[in-house]
Amino acid sequence: MLQIRNLHAGVEEKEILNGIDLHVKPGEVHAIMGPNGSGKSTLASVVAGKEEFEISEGDILLNGEDISELDPEERAHKGVFMSFQYPVEIPGVTVTNFIKTAINESRKAQGLEDMPASEMLKKIKEKAEMLDIDRKFLSRSLNEGFSGGEKKRNEIFQLAMMEPKLAILDETDSGLDIDALKIVANGVNKLRNDENAVIVITHYQRLLDYIVPDYVHVLMDGKIVKSGPKELAYELEEKGYDWIKEEVKA
Amino acid sequence: MNLKNKLLSSYIAFDDYLEADSPVHDLKNKAIKIFESEGFPTKKQEDWKYTSLNSLLKADYSLSPRRDHDLEFKDVKRYFLHDIDTYKIVFVDGVYSSFLSETTHEKMDVCLLSAAMSKPKYKPVIEAYFNKIAPEDSLTSLNTAFAKEGAYIYIPKHREVEKPIEVINFSTGNEAALMLQPRNLIVVGENAHVQIIERHQSLSDNPVFTNSVTEIFAEKRAFVDYYKIQNDRITASLIDNTYISQEGQSNCRVHTFSFGGNVTRNNLNFYQKGERIDSTLKGITILEGKQHVDHNTLVHHIEPNCESHQDYKGIFGDASTGVFNGKVIVNKEAQKTDAFQQNNNILIDDKATINAKPQLEIFADDVKCSHGCTIGQLNEDALFYLRTRGIAKKEARALLMYAFANNVLQSVKIPELKKRINKLIAEKIGVNMGFDL
Repeated sequence: MLQIRNLHAGVEEKEILNGIDLHVKPGEVHAIMGPNGSGKSTLASVVAGKEEFEISEGDILLNGEDISELDPEERAHKGVFMSFQYPVEIPGVTVTNFIKTAINESRKAQGLEDMPASEMLKKIKEKAEMLDIDRKFLSRSLNEGFSGGEKKRNEIFQLAMMEPKLAILDETDSGLDIDALKIVANGVNKLRNDENAVIVITHYQRLLDYIVPDYVHVLMDGKIVKSGPKELAYELEEKGYDWIKEEVKA
Repeated sequence: MNLKNKLLSSYIAFDDYLEADSPVHDLKNKAIKIFESEGFPTKKQEDWKYTSLNSLLKADYSLSPRRDHDLEFKDVKRYFLHDIDTYKIVFVDGVYSSFLSETTHEKMDVCLLSAAMSKPKYKPVIEAYFNKIAPEDSLTSLNTAFAKEGAYIYIPKHREVEKPIEVINFSTGNEAALMLQPRNLIVVGENAHVQIIERHQSLSDNPVFTNSVTEIFAEKRAFVDYYKIQNDRITASLIDNTYISQEGQSNCRVHTFSFGGNVTRNNLNFYQKGERIDSTLKGITILEGKQHVDHNTLVHHIEPNCESHQDYKGIFGDASTGVFNGKVIVNKEAQKTDAFQQNNNILIDDKATINAKPQLEIFADDVKCSHGCTIGQLNEDALFYLRTRGIAKKEARALLMYAFANNVLQSVKIPELKKRINKLIAEKIGVNMGFDL
């Protein structure tokens, strides 16, 4: 599914990612953890195609195809989705209209006709119910005046509607209370199948109780310094990151 | 002959047929003298520092166009709010078109100024209101001197006008170049309500130069909702002088949508002459090419306990230029004034320019006056967000521009107009969003 090889990236002179290797297979969930400033969000942004970051070395393969030169929208059309830590407010454009535009733009790129209105409505209804989203919410302006929790839920709603191959969840748990966290995690789990994959970026192990990872990676100074099974997340929660730093030094 | 001299000699000929006992005869004679001594404003004047009329004054404008035209409703339908019922006061090349208009004299007057000026019945209103708030500056005086046609709207007290009134000035291009000077007089009686839409529309690429003056009087508790649609051709230029006099507890709102035209100057002036008055000035400006729009606003808080709200958004592409000069004066007596002014601008291209100048002159000590002004580019993070949802760069930019301007649209009270403006914005930005915005 996703293969990142020796990825170096940064802004101008400053390198933030210093040689990342990551291999995510279909059906897998990978968690990326690490202290503040370790490069977690940068990694998500680079995979999603943010132009601010320059790739100086390495490549990003999606199902064998190098996507590192593609525009963000082209990557989206190929099935990459990123859930944002800070989603943007778009006054005057409703959640429904926004998602319609997003879906039909992707279909257009794939040479498909617009999704028929009835099918769209059915899908919206189904996904909204799954995420316990009120109908009124769908006719509000995108993210405008949304609480932190509503914004995150809306991100997962978009994920559910777009059904990507690769979902990157950047700090989706921040700003969520435990009930909202369960709903969001439950939504993600329902979307999982043998053909898609999820990368969960988080500070805390809490979310991983609900979205159970197959692998946990620790990112430090722009490098994956340790990988392990889900138990690694508990260890990090308990002991922090200092012991890994020591390990890396040694 | 330059335009000023041409206007002056034309006035002498025009003066002949104005009856000497007309209530405005002396006004006009005085006005032409003011224009004669002051001439057209130049960039040397502080208020005109960023807007030059020089390029407009070179054309050989016809001042008295031919009256023959074969304009049919189907040719101009799209410039009207044709999906709802409206009153219409329509001028073609400066001449009233009874064929395209729909006026009324039932319990109110929605008709033309020339009729009001010539009939004794209207004399008291003309004498009480005509040219009573228009200041004696050169362009307004020029208009006063030549004023013979425009909209005359008189809404008696307690009357709620049930459908909007459209005032449209078409120019056909029958003349190689045309100068128009429409003059509108609008009197809204105590507790009366009215919605008015004003538009200037050229139908050919022959140059048109319009110097328009509108006087609006809102009596006590009157509600005036006024919309200006400026989406003219690139060969049309407009100086819009609007003066609004408000009495106690009245509410006046002017929305100005500036998308088209060559050089546009909006002199929008509010005078608050009573207590608990509400004034709203909002605008969306979207320009490209070498277009130029100058918003010169004045809110004069004269009495205590009044509010004013200004919100202007501008999006400037290519080498277009914008000016926002917003003046708020709070008199010493105008305690408890609440004056708010906001002006946000986005420059899309390197060559686009905005000159923003908020001017607050506050002489009272117990007031709330705030102003904010921003100039920036489209937010890169927001653009990235939209693109990760599969929306291409061009559409994503359009969506962000739309979102930026949207705030101002919220207060448009005529749904069909709101839809229309939305469509104009989408067209102007050049993108079809695939849904009704």
